[in-house]
Amino acid sequence: MSQGTWNFIFIGISFALYIGIAIRQRAGSTSEYYTAGGGVSPFVNGMATAADWMSAATFISMAGLIASKGFDGAQFLMGWTGGFVLLTVLMVPFLRKFGKATVPDFIGDRYYSRSARGVAVVCAIFICLTYIMGQMNGVGVVFSQLFGISLSKGVVIGSAVVFFYAGMGGMKGITYTQVAQYTVMAFAYTIPAVFIAIALTNNVIPQLGLIGEYTAGDEAVPFLQKLNNINTDLGFSEYTSGKLEKLDLFCITAALMCGTAGLPHVIVRFFTVKNVKAVRKSACWTLAFIAVIYLTAPTIGAFSRVNLIEKLNGTSYTEAPQWLKDYEKTGQMAWVDKNDDGIINIHGPATSTAKKKNNNVFIIADNVKKPEYPSSGSPEDQLVGKHGQRLIAQKADKSNPNELWFGNDIMVMANPHMAGLPKWVIALLMAGCIAAALSTAAGLLLVLSTSISHDLMKKIVKPDMTDEEEVKYARIASFVALTVAAYFGINPPSTFIAKTVAFAFGLAASSFFPTLLMGIFSRRMNKEGAIAGMISGIAFTFSYIVYFQFLGGTKDQYFFGISPEGIGFVGMIINFVVAFGVRAFTKAPPQEVAELIDNVRYPGGKDTAAIDH
Amino acid sequence: MAKTKAAKGRYWRAHLKCVGALLTIWFLASFGCGILWRDWLDTNFPTVGLAPFGFWMAQQGSIITFVLILIAYAVWMSRLEDSLEHDEEEVSS
Repeated sequence: MSQGTWNFIFIGISFALYIGIAIRQRAGSTSEYYTAGGGVSPFVNGMATAADWMSAATFISMAGLIASKGFDGAQFLMGWTGGFVLLTVLMVPFLRKFGKATVPDFIGDRYYSRSARGVAVVCAIFICLTYIMGQMNGVGVVFSQLFGISLSKGVVIGSAVVFFYAGMGGMKGITYTQVAQYTVMAFAYTIPAVFIAIALTNNVIPQLGLIGEYTAGDEAVPFLQKLNNINTDLGFSEYTSGKLEKLDLFCITAALMCGTAGLPHVIVRFFTVKNVKAVRKSACWTLAFIAVIYLTAPTIGAFSRVNLIEKLNGTSYTEAPQWLKDYEKTGQMAWVDKNDDGIINIHGPATSTAKKKNNNVFIIADNVKKPEYPSSGSPEDQLVGKHGQRLIAQKADKSNPNELWFGNDIMVMANPHMAGLPKWVIALLMAGCIAAALSTAAGLLLVLSTSISHDLMKKIVKPDMTDEEEVKYARIASFVALTVAAYFGINPPSTFIAKTVAFAFGLAASSFFPTLLMGIFSRRMNKEGAIAGMISGIAFTFSYIVYFQFLGGTKDQYFFGISPEGIGFVGMIINFVVAFGVRAFTKAPPQEVAELIDNVRYPGGKDTAAIDH
Repeated sequence: MAKTKAAKGRYWRAHLKCVGALLTIWFLASFGCGILWRDWLDTNFPTVGLAPFGFWMAQQGSIITFVLILIAYAVWMSRLEDSLEHDEEEVSS
């Protein structure tokens, strides 16, 4: 059977499964739409949360980012899992006890103010939109890869599927779909890693392979040693040593952690279980399920780095494996024969003669870091090179000898190709990628639509709305949100999926995390402080990111050398400082708030089901 | 009623202690071992398998620690809650 058939079978089956579940479990009431009725078991919720949270970025790009960043990739590994610890011990048990359906609900009541709720709604919409763009882009990458269609068509197909089952099934539908999706993802991620671990290190468990010996060469050497050697030989820095400044790495990790703890779509998931005890159990399950994937990611990153260099470097293009040519077609890899020898040469920044050392394959103009291609109507000699390679429109950067460009996003997907794994493994991986993107997009879409229908329409604009009307608005809102997300999925503001996502985390870290934390742990925090904090935190973070992403800010202008990915941490500190500063000059919160805080802090009392609205 | 309040106060303080202790471990395992003292640990600590200690902590060890932290949290908090209920029952009987 051909690869196409296998892909079709695996993805077809998984889609049928998701849609089948969505139809069976579709939501009938607002409570089912928002929180699945509040009776999901901790184990099931744990698995669904893991799927919700493991985004396309995690699944598709993270291992690739680790492969290219080496040690620095730890920021994602620690940031996303460590944030989950914060989320569990500082946030969700209390919010669950509070018992309303959304995060703006809590903020609105705790800070006794419509404007606080309004600001929270805007933040939620903003974070989810930024995040969902990355997901839609991820779906597009997979679909374009699969069916050889353009990215934009891929995004549109993906959006249609997400809309169909998230808009229809609500929280109840997506909870059970996500369980299926997690299962697909876990197998899709670990099976290729096991095969490659056996091939490279003779170890069945990839985690042991990473700390074991490289056995595929003539003599056995420690795997990490091997990895360092091939990197330094080609002029890259050592894999196990980081390039980032400690402070920058610290801030990025902290921003990712606090951002995770402030992500509304993850918090909302815990409203689906019965009580606070179940929340804590559920969180254990979630992190355990997440750890399965996160402990495997660095092994995939390291293995694929070795594989890519061993398979391509020094090989002549005509003899290079077929997958290279496939990825050239989709624009995810490009080879520029700088020295005209027909051989693929990979080199690191150390081989550069330019003043600022880099290993750019082509000259980067206007911040376009991806290869661009001449339009298809151009003469043949501008499209295809003399070895049959696809030519790019940019000029070659002759200040260094590196000839191979590849997007980080392909590392996971190309991995089984590189290792020559059976076709069904590749098909499974494709199904996993799609599951990852769909599950997160669905979760986000739900929060987006609830934010609009529940927090904005029902609580602020039109309080006398009926239940059915509210669900109707939610469905309309999810359609609009998806259209916007699809547009940005096709034209992403940043090159790599994970980067777009990192910004969502920065924004969440600087707005929700501190506000929720103060709402629970400080009795005296009042509405003036909270609102001022949220606005200044998110405004600072947003403008810093926009300045460096879109307005051409350069690296030497970084605030204390902190990159835009890490600035959310500084934004968070600003939020805290401003909030406490403003609080000192304004009056204390009213008595009801003290009661609300007591109710949230202590167990017992009436166990409010999350259906109160 | 006054006693219940005292019991609740004790519960909240015990809870803060639990969170504080776990977050200290959380910080040491991730920011500490993985970032701040990583270089020192790499050279001075025994390797994990064939991987330097700090590197391993950053890419694997911290995640394992996080899972253990959450398990400890679930167990610890259940106990605290049980003892609070116990205290409150004593007051009401």
